[in-house]
Amino acid sequence: MTRRSLTVLRAGPQALVQDLGRPGHAHLGVPPSGALDQPSLRLANRLVGNPEGAAGLEVLLGGLVVRASAPCTAAVTGPSAPVLVNGVHRDSPCHLRPGDELAVGAPTGGLRCYLAVSGGIAVPPALGSRATDLLSGIGPAPLAPGDVLPLGPPTGIPVGADVLPPVRVGAELSVPVHLGPRDDWFADPAARLRAGRWVVSERSNRVGVRLTGPALDRTDRHRGRELPSEGLVTGAVQVPADGRPVVFLADHPTTGGYPVVGVVPPAALPLLGQACPGTPVRFRPQG
Amino acid sequence: MRLRRCGTDAVLVEVDSLGEVEAVRAAVRAAALPEVVEVVPAARTVLVATRPGGLPAVLEVLATADPAHRAGVPSREVVLPVVYDGPDLELVARTAGLTADEVVRLHSGATYSVAFCGFAPGFAYLAGLPGPLRQPRLDSPRTSVPAGSVGVAGEYTAAYPRSTPGGWRLIGRTDAPLFDPTRDAPALLAPGDRVRFEAVG
Repeated sequence: MTRRSLTVLRAGPQALVQDLGRPGHAHLGVPPSGALDQPSLRLANRLVGNPEGAAGLEVLLGGLVVRASAPCTAAVTGPSAPVLVNGVHRDSPCHLRPGDELAVGAPTGGLRCYLAVSGGIAVPPALGSRATDLLSGIGPAPLAPGDVLPLGPPTGIPVGADVLPPVRVGAELSVPVHLGPRDDWFADPAARLRAGRWVVSERSNRVGVRLTGPALDRTDRHRGRELPSEGLVTGAVQVPADGRPVVFLADHPTTGGYPVVGVVPPAALPLLGQACPGTPVRFRPQG
Repeated sequence: MRLRRCGTDAVLVEVDSLGEVEAVRAAVRAAALPEVVEVVPAARTVLVATRPGGLPAVLEVLATADPAHRAGVPSREVVLPVVYDGPDLELVARTAGLTADEVVRLHSGATYSVAFCGFAPGFAYLAGLPGPLRQPRLDSPRTSVPAGSVGVAGEYTAAYPRSTPGGWRLIGRTDAPLFDPTRDAPALLAPGDRVRFEAVG
């Protein structure tokens, strides 16, 4: 009997194994990692009958082609993207026969699609997770052509779906933020955050969304002051020396030495992880 | 002890010393709250992150925690074998006004505690460095410090779990397995552990 697996034929700009990450190890210097758009990965898993936390593939800007070695069900979620089986457009979720080639094309309205396959990607876990952490190099390497990814045994019955609402980043992202822990380092932070208009920088990645736009100025008392490194949560809005905020995503460092003006709640992070460079961003400070 | 809000599900506890950091960290760990996801000590803070809705239980523990006294979980002791032949051993000796042998005796004679980890997985900042060895970083950091290098910087000493850029003054090397993500306990050193260095070879 053939081992259940996927063979990577083309990886596109960046395709990674991701699950819900490995939170709980920050005190050892290990980032949480995991899918940036967790609701999309969870949905893909549900569609193919997997537990929501099974490992799938996070596909940046399409370009992925994989071949199935055994019968399986595949689902692609996230922003709208063409899904082809053996070159023919198909609706997701779909069934794959041995030898079938599935391609995920370039998405519109977002950056990252999620491919789940029945049984889940069963590469060996590290620290309880199969996620690729690009900051610290834990987990499998980014996918390359020729990689063979083992699949686990199917555990559940695929859930049928007729229509999948795609993720779509609108013309402008409006991001809620709770002030603190270091909002007192900044001059009038709530008003400045509310009034500012930023743009997602091309230097954004799985570590964080960097924003270009107005600098957040420190108060006179805190100008030029050093902050001893302190723990960071996912969603922390750190303000480096140049004053341009960075919103930390799943592969963020566990500690940092620049003040964090506020924290974006978890529910608002998936869309930030989907926002293309150039997307306008404004903040909505919360009480 | 000051509490700083850190989103909806975390609090940053700010204190005045490494000793207080360790006391707060140990108190939160000893409470063994199922809601707690991360407890991240640093130089003057402890970050406590919870599952959604878990913060009130943490605030209750913090309300009774005494930062002046470390309580709860006993600490482990780890011994790291070190070959003291680092490229900056002479520089550290000269800066301290000591011989290289005296530097080795001082460094291996002290008992350290893991204050916190960061910078890279398994990179532990060890507090308890004898005064003469508290020295600034190199003026120009190395682009690559070999894995296992043992160095000093400021009030800390540390061993590099893997090759990274770094500016610490290197006095030796250890072959202790500092970080291995395939182990159940991936990091050899965790906050609160006591550490000694033993001169070998």
